[in-house]
This record gives sequence, C-alpha cells and structure tokens, in this order.
Amino acid sequence: MIRADALHKSFGAKTVLNGVSFDLPKGESLVVIGGSGTGKSVLLKCLLGLERPDSGHVTLAGLTDAGPRALAPHIGMLFQGAALFDSLPVWQNVAFRLMRGTGRMGKTEAKSLAIEKLARVGLGPATADLYPAELSGGMQKRVGLARAIAGDPPVLFFDEPTAGLDPIMASVINRLIRSVVTELGATALTITHDMTTLRDVADRVAMLHEGRFHWQGPAAEAFTSDDPVLRQFTRGETEGPIPTLR
Amino acid sequence: MTSSSPVAARLFGATGRATANAMGALGRFLGFALQSLGWMLRPPFHLRELGAQLMQIGWFSLPVVGMTALFTGAALALQIFAGSARYGAEFAVPSITAIGMVRELGPVLGGLMVAARVASSIAAEIGTMKVSEQLDALRTLAVEPMQYLTVPRLVAATLAMPVLVAVGDSIGILGGYAVGVSRLGFDGPTYLHNTLDFLEFWDVASGMVKGAVFGFLVALSGCYFGMNSGRGAQGVGEATKSAVVLASVLILAANYLLTEAFFSA
Repeated sequence: MIRADALHKSFGAKTVLNGVSFDLPKGESLVVIGGSGTGKSVLLKCLLGLERPDSGHVTLAGLTDAGPRALAPHIGMLFQGAALFDSLPVWQNVAFRLMRGTGRMGKTEAKSLAIEKLARVGLGPATADLYPAELSGGMQKRVGLARAIAGDPPVLFFDEPTAGLDPIMASVINRLIRSVVTELGATALTITHDMTTLRDVADRVAMLHEGRFHWQGPAAEAFTSDDPVLRQFTRGETEGPIPTLR
Repeated sequence: MTSSSPVAARLFGATGRATANAMGALGRFLGFALQSLGWMLRPPFHLRELGAQLMQIGWFSLPVVGMTALFTGAALALQIFAGSARYGAEFAVPSITAIGMVRELGPVLGGLMVAARVASSIAAEIGTMKVSEQLDALRTLAVEPMQYLTVPRLVAATLAMPVLVAVGDSIGILGGYAVGVSRLGFDGPTYLHNTLDFLEFWDVASGMVKGAVFGFLVALSGCYFGMNSGRGAQGVGEATKSAVVLASVLILAANYLLTEAFFSA
C-alpha cells in the first residue's frame, strides 16, 4: 500500500534522508520512531507529496511520486498540532475536503457526516459549531482525527499524535487511533518518539537513525531487541550510540 | 595601491552580493506575482472566501479610511486657503481641495492606511497558518493554498480599494467643505458648486484606478511575506513588518509611475 524506494533528501550540506526504503502492506500499522531532528517529519512530507525527495520513489495507493492533490482522496492526515483552520467552525474543518471538488457534498449532508465523525472520536454534536480556538489540545487532536477519517481513506498518517498531551489524554488518542485504523482496515503510518504510542498503535516498528531505517521489526520485538541504538532510544538512556547533543 | 586593493575588492564584493540578493528578492516577488495571476484564472474559484475577504478588506477598512480622509480633506482646505490667499485666489480652495483629494491624497493615504491594516493582517494570518502546518493541511485536503488564500485576497483588495477610495474622496471633500464653510467663510452651495464644476471624470477615475493597483500591491505583499514567513513568533513578526514596509514603498512608487502615465504632458 505504501512503498518507499531509496529516498534521499538533503537540505544544503545536511543529509536528512539517506536511502529510506520500506514496504507497508495494506491494513498494517507502522510506527516510525527516531530522535528529534532525525528526519521523521521530512520522511512524512515526502510520503505525502509535500516535499520532493532528491532521489528515490514513493508509491502510495498505486500512485507513484504523486502530488498531494492526487493523493488526497486516498489519505487522511493528523498533524502534530492538529492544524485546524481557525476561521472555520469544527464541523467545516471535519468536512473540509468533502465540501470541495468534484462530487462535493451539500452543507446539510456534510454537517451531518461531520457530526457522525465527531461522535466516532468521542465528541458530542455541540462541538460541531465551536471554533478551534475554543477547544482544548486533546479536543483539537480528536477533531483533527475526525477530519483525517472523514472520507474513510485507505491510508492514514499520524504525526506525533500525542505531542503536548497529558498521559491520560495521550492514551485516549492512541486507543482512538488504534480502533479507527482497525475499524477502517486502513494502512497507517505514525511518526512519534512516544513509547506509549508505539505500544498502543504499532503492528510494526521502524527506527530512523542517520537518515535510514536502522531497525525494522514487529512491535513486540522493539522492546526486547539487542540493537544498541534501538535499546538506547526505547529506554531513554543518555549513554549509548545516539549522541545527546543534536 | 596594494594595501587599498583588498579593501576595494571587499567593497565591490559586498556591493555585488547585496545587489544580487536584492535582484534575487525582486525576482522571487515578481515570480510570486505571476504565479498568483496564473492561479486567478484556474478554477475552482473560492467565492465564499472571496466574500469573506471583501468584508475584511473592504467593509472593515471603511472607518480608518474615512477618518483619514476626513481629517486630510479638512487640513488640505486650510493649507490651500493659506497658500492661495497670498495671491488672492481663495476662490480656488474648493476645486483644488477636491482635485488634491481625488487624484492624490485619497488613493495614496487610503492605500497606506489599508497597507498598515490589511497587509499586516494578511501576512500574520498566512504566516501563522504556515507555522502551524495549516498550509500543509490544505494541500493534503486537495486545496492549493495559493488558490484558496492568495487569490481571494488579491481579488478582494483589488475590487474593494477603488470603492474605499471613492468613499474616502467623498468624505475628504466633505472635510474640506466643513472647514471651508465653518472656518474660512465660504458659502455652502457656492463651495459645492465650485467643487463639482471643476472636477472632471478622469480626476475621479484615475484615483480609483490607482486604488485598484494599490489594493493589489497591498494584498500581494501580505500574501508573499505570509507564504514565505520564517518559523516561530519572530518569523511571523518579521513577515508582518516586511509586508507593511514593502506595500507602503510599492504604493508610493506605483503612485509616481501612475501619475506620470496619467497626467504628464
């Protein structure tokens, strides 16, 4: 469903991606972990068509090296800060794409679908007419998730879904992501450095280190692996091959 | 000779780099302008967003443009009276006040006030959207930010500014009338008669054309710096400041060029 083939990306002299390759089959949930500044977000942008890799190819839902407009019907994306549009009420944020383009929905139908999706992420209909600024961080994440699943896309992306949330709310969001992914049968790719997200969301784990996938394997093995880089990261140790000054 | 050569070389090098940077920035701005014009012609057209921007840029700028015009018209009448009295030509106060307002001060001061209010707000809004990944979110939702954000603002500012200028001209002339009648001893109907008799269609129309150009430049500057905003609060602040400065300079430069084009002998 998602295939990355030898992705390279540099910014000036700094090489961020140095040959990232992976193949994510339909219905599987991959969690990409890695330290701050290791290129997780750049990888995500390359997969979404927001950033063009210097070399290498991305195939997503059968489309190779497609731009975001072509990919849009096939993907849903939850941004780190939710990235809700401040000027629109919650329901219009959720139904944003469905109200535009060919085959767009009418206002009434779109609002009712938005309320349905909001209910799916645990928000009541009263939330629909609020504006993003009136919501807490956790509620904004839920709205972002509702927007991501509004079109029932086959591929979902999550960028640091628990960033800025307290541990309880983080668990709620992780479980919501897991249940939504399972329910939709979607292929999911999550980037995070939160180990609870890894435990709750991942079928498979990949560790991004020095511009490439240093380790890949089943989620259960991520915490038992002897790999020194992975072990240092999952245990949060200050001593090890990953420098603390980055 | 030998000791001054490295200094001269450094000076030339610095001048060359500064010129190249300035040319590069100008090229990027012109490229953005052309790109924006290209997006204007491509559907879909976001009419609801256009309506919202017409309200934001046009309707909500009326108070500031109106107040500016009122006081400018009043001050202009006083100044022209003081100057014309030296030659015994006080009768020219209504006509020169009107011409000064509609040709120059209405569009230029209105444009500058809109630049301060609108270019800053556009740059800050789009810059914040960029920083908070809302522009990326638009793209993943199959909406091109240039089409959804830039085009409606450019069109709205270009359409709204001539109307703002026309309203500002009227209020400015009213300001001159109020001072003329209450402070300078003019007869009310005579003041209005002199104003209308000497004012020609092109005087008013040229000011409105200037307004349209200024509106386009204001929105273009705001959108350009917003879209290219740096990270964080400092980046957005810098973008906002640059948008207002560039919009103001462009208005003054464009005003000169348009005045040359419209009124040079």
